[in-house]
Amino acid sequence: MKQKQSGPLKWVLIGGSAFFLFVMLILPLIYVLSTAFREGIQVYIESVTDEYAVKAILLTIRATVSAVVINTLFGVFAAWCITRFQFRGKKIISTLIDLPLTVSPIIAGLIYVLTFGRQSALYPYLQKLGISIIYAVPGIVLATIFVTFPFISREIIPVLTAAGTDEEEAAALMGANGWTIFWRVTFPHIKWVLLYGVVLCTARAMGEFGAVSVLSGHLRGKTNTMPLYIELLYQGYDYTGAFAISSILVVMAIVILILRSVLEYLGKKDREA
Amino acid sequence: MKRKQKKKTRVIPGFGLSLGVTVTILSLVVVIPLCSLVVFTSQLSFSDFLSTVTSSRVMSSYWVSFSTALVASLINAGMGLMIAWVLVRYDFPGKRIMDGMIEIPFALPTAVAGISLTHLTTTNGWVGSLFDKIGIQIAYTRIGITVALVFIGIPFVVRSVQPVLEKIDPQYEEAAGMMGATRCYTFFRVILPEILPALIAGFTMAFARCLGEYGSVVFIAGNTPYKTEITPLLIMAQLQEYDYASATSIALVMLIAAFLILFINAVLQSRTSKIVSGIE
Repeated sequence: MKQKQSGPLKWVLIGGSAFFLFVMLILPLIYVLSTAFREGIQVYIESVTDEYAVKAILLTIRATVSAVVINTLFGVFAAWCITRFQFRGKKIISTLIDLPLTVSPIIAGLIYVLTFGRQSALYPYLQKLGISIIYAVPGIVLATIFVTFPFISREIIPVLTAAGTDEEEAAALMGANGWTIFWRVTFPHIKWVLLYGVVLCTARAMGEFGAVSVLSGHLRGKTNTMPLYIELLYQGYDYTGAFAISSILVVMAIVILILRSVLEYLGKKDREA
Repeated sequence: MKRKQKKKTRVIPGFGLSLGVTVTILSLVVVIPLCSLVVFTSQLSFSDFLSTVTSSRVMSSYWVSFSTALVASLINAGMGLMIAWVLVRYDFPGKRIMDGMIEIPFALPTAVAGISLTHLTTTNGWVGSLFDKIGIQIAYTRIGITVALVFIGIPFVVRSVQPVLEKIDPQYEEAAGMMGATRCYTFFRVILPEILPALIAGFTMAFARCLGEYGSVVFIAGNTPYKTEITPLLIMAQLQEYDYASATSIALVMLIAAFLILFINAVLQSRTSKIVSGIE
């Protein structure tokens, strides 16, 4: 496949790509890290251990974990359902699963405001029960689940489709129950892509801004996730603080990218073996 | 035949359970909220809807969103094609790092990208000061919005072209070369038609994503009405004033635009694949 093309064109193209990627992708990362430590390590530590910063970090972890758990559960069941059975309405279900990808995050926030907000038919009941969703933590969690909704199922479905149903059928005919079939036959096929999906889901969930911004109400210490807290600091001209919190997310992003390539490699090796 | 197939697949247990879980979660997260959008829309009066979505401020926000998203996606189509080509066809040190880097825009939270790009491109930023010398301002202008959208869209074209490029049989190129075609001619007549559907798919995905992008753009845009105000920001502004009717109206226009783009993509995909495969 690889051609032995030498000559200037090759290096012009490589140089051009490298320059473009360096300016667009690497420079922003370097800038975040250098600005975060601009005023010394002391200021940095103060910024990230600030009471509100810690609360924002905890809320982000909470929303991310919820999104990963719900979407993993959903992804596995949906993939099983879609790839293992023929039924009517399958197309509709898979279209609906992918829908959150095409919807702007702002609109994602909006539809939850319309569902649970003051003008909704559900609002009186929710109030009677004492549940607040909009401008509260449940809204943030829901928005995070929505924007990452298809991430895990989309990774599993192609692998299960490619694997076919023969092995499961054989296992079922030999008398294995559903639980055994899943863990002993299906799960080994999907373990790496499942983890891969979890990594992608985590990346998007921790960074979601638009949808969460609509639903948060921006209560400092209560409904501010890390990206929202960054916005708050930034708008208050506390640039060092904003970049200090950002640096945590930058490190997380780099960890995620490394995990991603490791999982991709392991998955490929597994398929080849 | 079909019935036989159906019977055969139901050998595997768990249909009821998996369908039940899928439909329940899907309804709670996606279907019910979408229905509430439909219900709320049906309560809007059509004349109010029309006057909201055609007011001059909203109209200029469509233009800002559309033009910046288009330019950014075109830049990404070009650069993405080049990067995919470099990653598939050449061997060079640091190639794997370059390949892994492509996903940074997916992994980096958009707000972080937004504030970082803004600071880099202001008139006293690292990059902005260079451009300021030749009289170009980036941050707080449409160029700034375009820069943020280019950042967001980089992975789409690269990741959709890369696998197709990998699969192209080098024999075609060898044949073209032996018959005396120049490299340039070979590229446009042999390779480009093969990867065109993937290129278009990547372009439209990037374009659709750019139209709805909010997090990275709000910081760099400056958000001056009529000049650098994007449509998602207007929706946000209406929501903060609790004007749900206007917010929903503008959101509907955006949703329709997004579906139109996906539809056009689907049509183009089926047409180009017909041309490539030669089957009508």
